[in-house]
Amino acid sequence: MRWIFVDRFLELEKGRYAKALKNVSMGEDHIHDRFPSFPLMPNSLIIEALAQTGGVLAGYSNDFRNMVILAKIEKASFHRMAIPGDQLLLETEMLEDREEGCRIAGRVSVNGDTLAEASILFANLESSDIDPEAPDNFVFTKHFLSMLGVDKVLAGVGEPE
Amino acid sequence: MADKEEVFEKVTECLVEALGVEEDEVELSASLQGDLGAESIDYLDIVFRLEKAFDIKIPRGDLFPENLLSSPEFVKDGRMTDQGLEELRKRLPYADLTEFEANPNVAEIGNLFTVEMLVKYVEDKLNS
Repeated sequence: MRWIFVDRFLELEKGRYAKALKNVSMGEDHIHDRFPSFPLMPNSLIIEALAQTGGVLAGYSNDFRNMVILAKIEKASFHRMAIPGDQLLLETEMLEDREEGCRIAGRVSVNGDTLAEASILFANLESSDIDPEAPDNFVFTKHFLSMLGVDKVLAGVGEPE
Repeated sequence: MADKEEVFEKVTECLVEALGVEEDEVELSASLQGDLGAESIDYLDIVFRLEKAFDIKIPRGDLFPENLLSSPEFVKDGRMTDQGLEELRKRLPYADLTEFEANPNVAEIGNLFTVEMLVKYVEDKLNS
């Protein structure tokens, strides 16, 4: 399985907000781990989906020059479950944006109902912070950004519905 | 001029929010790692909150200097060398190094980062 919990980006405004979609599907392997007769998306992966959405927002602040990593989940609350067939709307808003990293508020909803909320801290890394042998930016590769439709959103092209 | 009591109060608030500790646990002598349970990633959070609370800029590596332990000139056999101690004095002018200098066991370097160190740093920044 691929560790990508965002299906499509809808909106992205530099330094302000990012919105994306994730479809919860029976076809996902991990969904059947919990619980075998009652598949649902684990809360930790709901947070991961928010973090990936927020991570793109964080990275965009520096034009994707830095790598961004999830540093800390400060607050997280869950109001209901995410089950197959749900389309999660992942909304993230920049609260604080600094050189070393940023803080983002996230909300996950399905058909307008809030499913989860979290406050996430991201850290900016230079490649010199990690392994000098590692490729320059392995977080925001062109392939990854184009796959999620980030480049289309930024170009204002092909807005869905 | 910054009032020490005010600075201490705001620093306490930042630490309570960043580390999830109770207000009365935050004493001047409390060490961030040992007493308040801070981990390395919390330092970023603390820097963020201090910058916001006091409207100051804390340059990267100013408060929690990086690469202190990575150089073989500074650390040998789990203890800090004289060169290392010299570097430490330069990079952490707000810390009280007397105890550490007496027994420079690198495993205990976390004890240098105290609430008092943060308060002194902020006071200095505000008054400069």
